[in-house]
Amino acid sequence: MKYSRLIFANLFRKKIRLVLTVGSFAIALFLFTFLAVVRGAFSRNTELAGADRLVVINRVGLINTMPLAYGDRIRQIKGVKYVTHNNWFGGVYQDEKNFFPQFVIDPANQLKVMTELRVPDDQWKNFLADRQGAVVGRNLAKRFKWKVGDRIPLQNALYGSTKTWEFNLDGIYTNDKEGGDESQFWLQWDYFYENIPDVIKGQAGWWVLRLDSPDDAVRVGKAIDGGFANSSYETKTETESAFQAGFAKQLGNIQLLITAIGTVVFFTLLLVTGNTMAISIRERTSELAVLKAIGYSDRFVLFFVLAESLVIALIGGLLGLGLAMLAIPVVGANLNGMLPPLLLSAAALGLGVLLAVFVGVASGLLPGIGAMQLRVVDALRRV
Amino acid sequence: MAIPVVYNFRSVKARWSSAIVAVVGIAGTVGVFVAMLSLARGFRATLVASGSPDNAIIMRAGATSEMTGGVTIDTVKIIQDEPGIARGKDGPLVSPEVVLVAPIPLKSTGTDANVEIRGVSKNVLEIRKNIKIVEGRMFTPGLAEIVVGKNATASYAGLTLGNTISLGSVRWKIVGIFDAGGSAFDSDVWADAHLLGPAYNRPDIFFQSVTVHLTSPSAFQQLKDAATADPRLNVDVTREIDYYSKQSSRLTTLITVLGGLVAAVMAIGAVFGALNTMYSAVAERGREIATMRALGFGGPSVVFSFVIEALLIAFVGGLVGCLAVLPLNGFTTGAMNLQTFSHVAFAFKITPELLARGIAFALVMGLVGGFLPAVRAASMPVATALREL
Repeated sequence: MKYSRLIFANLFRKKIRLVLTVGSFAIALFLFTFLAVVRGAFSRNTELAGADRLVVINRVGLINTMPLAYGDRIRQIKGVKYVTHNNWFGGVYQDEKNFFPQFVIDPANQLKVMTELRVPDDQWKNFLADRQGAVVGRNLAKRFKWKVGDRIPLQNALYGSTKTWEFNLDGIYTNDKEGGDESQFWLQWDYFYENIPDVIKGQAGWWVLRLDSPDDAVRVGKAIDGGFANSSYETKTETESAFQAGFAKQLGNIQLLITAIGTVVFFTLLLVTGNTMAISIRERTSELAVLKAIGYSDRFVLFFVLAESLVIALIGGLLGLGLAMLAIPVVGANLNGMLPPLLLSAAALGLGVLLAVFVGVASGLLPGIGAMQLRVVDALRRV
Repeated sequence: MAIPVVYNFRSVKARWSSAIVAVVGIAGTVGVFVAMLSLARGFRATLVASGSPDNAIIMRAGATSEMTGGVTIDTVKIIQDEPGIARGKDGPLVSPEVVLVAPIPLKSTGTDANVEIRGVSKNVLEIRKNIKIVEGRMFTPGLAEIVVGKNATASYAGLTLGNTISLGSVRWKIVGIFDAGGSAFDSDVWADAHLLGPAYNRPDIFFQSVTVHLTSPSAFQQLKDAATADPRLNVDVTREIDYYSKQSSRLTTLITVLGGLVAAVMAIGAVFGALNTMYSAVAERGREIATMRALGFGGPSVVFSFVIEALLIAFVGGLVGCLAVLPLNGFTTGAMNLQTFSHVAFAFKITPELLARGIAFALVMGLVGGFLPAVRAASMPVATALREL
């Protein structure tokens, strides 16, 4: 483009201002992307939930258990492929701050239901053969620097008197879905069962089941809940995504809060950069008038101003997104355990670029139109 | 000699459009900063208000929250006779409690929230003295009656006076509404502990925690020592206020870390805005500054004057930011207590101290954003600047 030299010459006439404007753009985009990523982390489990999976919990509340024998009845319902029963363990590793979910699992069926989770065959075989075995997610292992073969003690006050349960780490599972959960701790049902008081034996916390087809979800759900209606343990069957969504909503208005902050950040910086653009155009009123006086059209002047602000926006925006790409893995690693894994998606990046273009055009438009409507005589007369 | 401050006032007024850049940037940053901190404070205050210094909570040793605790009736009977526990008209002020969560839909979204259902003893109002029945009456021991907190009746569907709801296998009549003074109990539903356990298929000799009223706050140590030394007991005794402030720590830390991070990064952006404003102020006023220098004002006075101007702008920005978030004060929202997985309603809490911190934050940004441009203003050669058009 033959005018690019003129545009760049104008950009660089005040280097400090250029650096600062580009810098605030970069920071706006960085923050916006960062917040979008955090927001996404809260809803990730809902999005990644298997469409062909149902979760069966006690109707009176998640923390209430149900008779283990329900599992056999659920398995017989047409359309149910595999069923696995789980229980909440609720142990503490060294300090309460080190919270992570611990599930007592049914080793025979867990992986058949959770098809996206992978454990190397030899590790899984060791786990099956080891009563005190444990399998943990890759992220969890990373967080505490555990490796296969480590011995992990967990304090537990939930089942009988407080005591320490010892586990051998036999395997590490990974999740095929990008950004999916890799933070659970699994222990053997049998080990759990023989160490809890008799009064609470024969109970399961919840079931997860895999269907032949997602289309059966409503029918199977009704069959399960209907079958246990009016018993002393009524059930509530939901799709996995509805279950996760309900759980995420309870965290409170965090998503709304993040959206609100993102909006404040965005509009603050839109005003800041827009105003800077306006100032730098105002300073050059007489130059623009000269351009017009020597024959450049009004539309050219508008284009000229817009091009300048777009270039600033794009440089700043790309810089901010680059910063986000560098920083998010680092922050994610340090926040580990407090938030679900942070994942920078292509969609968030695309949105960022779009926003940069939008702010660039929006902040250039007002001064640009002002420059377009400038009357040459007035502008030249002004000192 | 110092340049009169009124000069700065007037020049900010004359160049308000470029000052707005800095004001808006700083206002936005301070707004986010104060809002996030007030959210964390509000949550913390709500939980801390739940505890009182002359109450103690007793749970099985090693239990991290009431949800993981377990105390049998035999233990309760031993605890009753420990020293340091106050006595009321019906005997020792001891409330063995059953804590559950039940899904009840939120009025706002229609989705279920885990509401804390607490089984308490009949003399609980003598133990938690800051809780008052404001409508209706206390439940009658032995009857399927419940009282609900004022936030619970406002936030959850169906918890109105006179209504009947199902919890576990029993239908309960709501006979009263209580005000817990803005504490987490305001989001609770209370019933007779002896009925609540069995309604959820639990033996009625089994509780999760015991809350006792002490003869005085200083009697705590006496009770703790006695309970620890008693070979029949295997329990942890915690002052109620400590227990609840610990409960708030996880969510508070999460909000503070996230909010701090966002505010810090935003502050860099705001400082850029302030720098931009101040640099253009200096550039536009080359001749003015040179004139002042020629009149005999020294370099340090010019630096000082420009720093004052930047601080002035920052102060306005900080003030605008604080005023903008002030309406949030008292705004009620809800979040999950990450320790018990129950839903707690709480309000943003903006204190004068928090506002002062917001303004201080703004002034720091102003100082950082004003200093370099001020130095440049002072170091401009007088003769060339005067000659400039």
